[in-house]
Amino acid sequence: MSHTLRLDLATTTAAGAGEHRPLIMTLFGLFVVATLVITIWAGRQTKDAADFYAGGRQFTGFQNGLAISGDYMSAASFLGIAGVIALKGYDGFLYSIGFLVAWLVALLLVAEPLRNSGRYTMGDVLAFRMRQRPVRTAAGTSTIVVSIFYLLAQMAGAGVLVSLLLGITSDGGQVAIVALVGVLMILYVTIGGMKGTTWVQMVKAVLLIAGALLITFLVMWKFNFNVSDLLGKAAENSGKGSSFLEPGLKYGITGTSKLDFISLGLALVLGTAGLPHILIRFYTVPTAKAARKSVNWAIGIIGVFYLMTIALGFGAAALLSPKEITDSNPSGNTAAPLLAQAVGGGADSTGGAILLAVISAVAFATILAVVAGLTLASSSSFAHDIYVNVIRKGEATEKEEVRAARWSTVVIGAVAIVLGALARDINIAGLVALAFAVAASANLPTILYSLFWKRFTTRGALWSIYGGLISSVVLVLFSPVVSGNDKTSMFKGVDFHWFPLENPGIVSIPLGFLLGWLGTVLSKEKADPQKFAELEVRSLTGTGAH
Amino acid sequence: MTTEAAPPHGSAGTPAASPTAEEFSAVQQSAEFAELRSSYRSFAFPLTVAFIAWYLLYVLLSNYAGGFMGTKLFGNINVALVFGLAQFATTFLIAWLYSRHAAANLDPKAAAIKARMEAGE
Repeated sequence: MSHTLRLDLATTTAAGAGEHRPLIMTLFGLFVVATLVITIWAGRQTKDAADFYAGGRQFTGFQNGLAISGDYMSAASFLGIAGVIALKGYDGFLYSIGFLVAWLVALLLVAEPLRNSGRYTMGDVLAFRMRQRPVRTAAGTSTIVVSIFYLLAQMAGAGVLVSLLLGITSDGGQVAIVALVGVLMILYVTIGGMKGTTWVQMVKAVLLIAGALLITFLVMWKFNFNVSDLLGKAAENSGKGSSFLEPGLKYGITGTSKLDFISLGLALVLGTAGLPHILIRFYTVPTAKAARKSVNWAIGIIGVFYLMTIALGFGAAALLSPKEITDSNPSGNTAAPLLAQAVGGGADSTGGAILLAVISAVAFATILAVVAGLTLASSSSFAHDIYVNVIRKGEATEKEEVRAARWSTVVIGAVAIVLGALARDINIAGLVALAFAVAASANLPTILYSLFWKRFTTRGALWSIYGGLISSVVLVLFSPVVSGNDKTSMFKGVDFHWFPLENPGIVSIPLGFLLGWLGTVLSKEKADPQKFAELEVRSLTGTGAH
Repeated sequence: MTTEAAPPHGSAGTPAASPTAEEFSAVQQSAEFAELRSSYRSFAFPLTVAFIAWYLLYVLLSNYAGGFMGTKLFGNINVALVFGLAQFATTFLIAWLYSRHAAANLDPKAAAIKARMEAGE
């Protein structure tokens, strides 16, 4: 039993998926060609570092809101949440809520000050008042760790999707797909920079919302737009009765699983505003006001999307049998595509085939847009924080910096392909939950202290980043995610776990905050009041903003 | 501990015509800035505490008050679903409230300070 969204490697294939392969491939090919054209067009307009890292800061609030939605709604949200609701009922909906409410942290505390005081990366804000080299090294490390975990989950997810939807189950075929995803994301980012990546994410967001709206409409139509009837049929069809519509089927089993749910809830709500690939999106708009507008659009778009997960998830529960769903994938990850097939007229109909293909292609588009954003976040941080400000001590020219960013994209992309190919068998849930937990434990405390706490020092920043990072990674290493559960652990047949929860958030998030405070009060060095004055005035007024 | 080079130019973002450190300190101490800061903090901080508490209440009720959450209100719509939808509604509401507050009370103050500082007064 898992407490997190998972796209684990199932060996079975979506019913009849192989027959629809040409159609799915064609749609996917169209998306790839269209996005490559956009990328090349964007690449021609990418001249300096601000273009490469921040898309020239010329996107509107609406455009960026759409791109943020495209960056945020990963395959886990689309396929994973629909799948969990389809199998476990109401508990799946809890994810939708955590993923949405989290945006208020970004809106109220982080987006505008970050836009005003930073330039290209999260490290810009964290290192603003501090000694540059150690804090930038820490910020870069944490950015790359969070992004790589998230990236691996998406890459491995791509392999899983392919095996399920296209019927490619051979090792070679799956490795080829992971490599294809990797090569595409390297092309998007090296050629198109932030401009290309942003447009890819916008296109993806439109496709995802359109696909979800279409399926939602068809599901609701079948139930005469009566939500109560839909829920009733879902409860009846699930075989679990009214408990299917109540919390507890997935998380309410033991005291430990309940605690795990609180831990996950904390990581979700506090992690979003510490995810580097989300944070760098705020630099793509000209002002803090536009950053606020983009978060508002994102909240609207993401909110509507997560509301539709009710129709997608309960619709799948109502219109498919539990056996149909689990036969295709034990975790329910193909529930949404199967539902599309069902509302299109069923497995043997043309309508069903077309809808299955459309939704599968949308899922691929989803993965590509998210991995591009993650690759950009980690390569920008490597080039800007570590290469320029640590290795070259700030003495690199803009040309050298952009060249370094492009090369690090290639290297990080290559590393992700290799790890993604090796990691096809590991528990993806652990990686995604870990990314959120590290972001909430290492990044968020440091961002908040930096912006709002006058006395915060370099030592405090280092302790909160490394403390949050190391504690969350270590706790997951010794959790049932890695060992001790022969069904779901990464390593089967061994047991070295001593931490009972799958998500470390409930321990590592308070620890990150505590260590930031402790490091600060134990510092010999005092915080620089003038630097804080500058950061505070800049972050609230936008004076001298880039 | 402080033997390291000063922050490299451009890393933390200091454009050529930017105000000096003294000017930033002076503005930070000014009554006008204090008003902007308190107008921001007194709105954003309590609201953050409130929505996190409201969200945690929902998480805890889902965990430990299954009976209450399962109470049917009408048809197959139960308290849990309404509570969940209420989280959506409050998220939209808070985003709207904050944006209205910012546009009315923060943006004009921030713009005035920024304009004055960048004009070098």
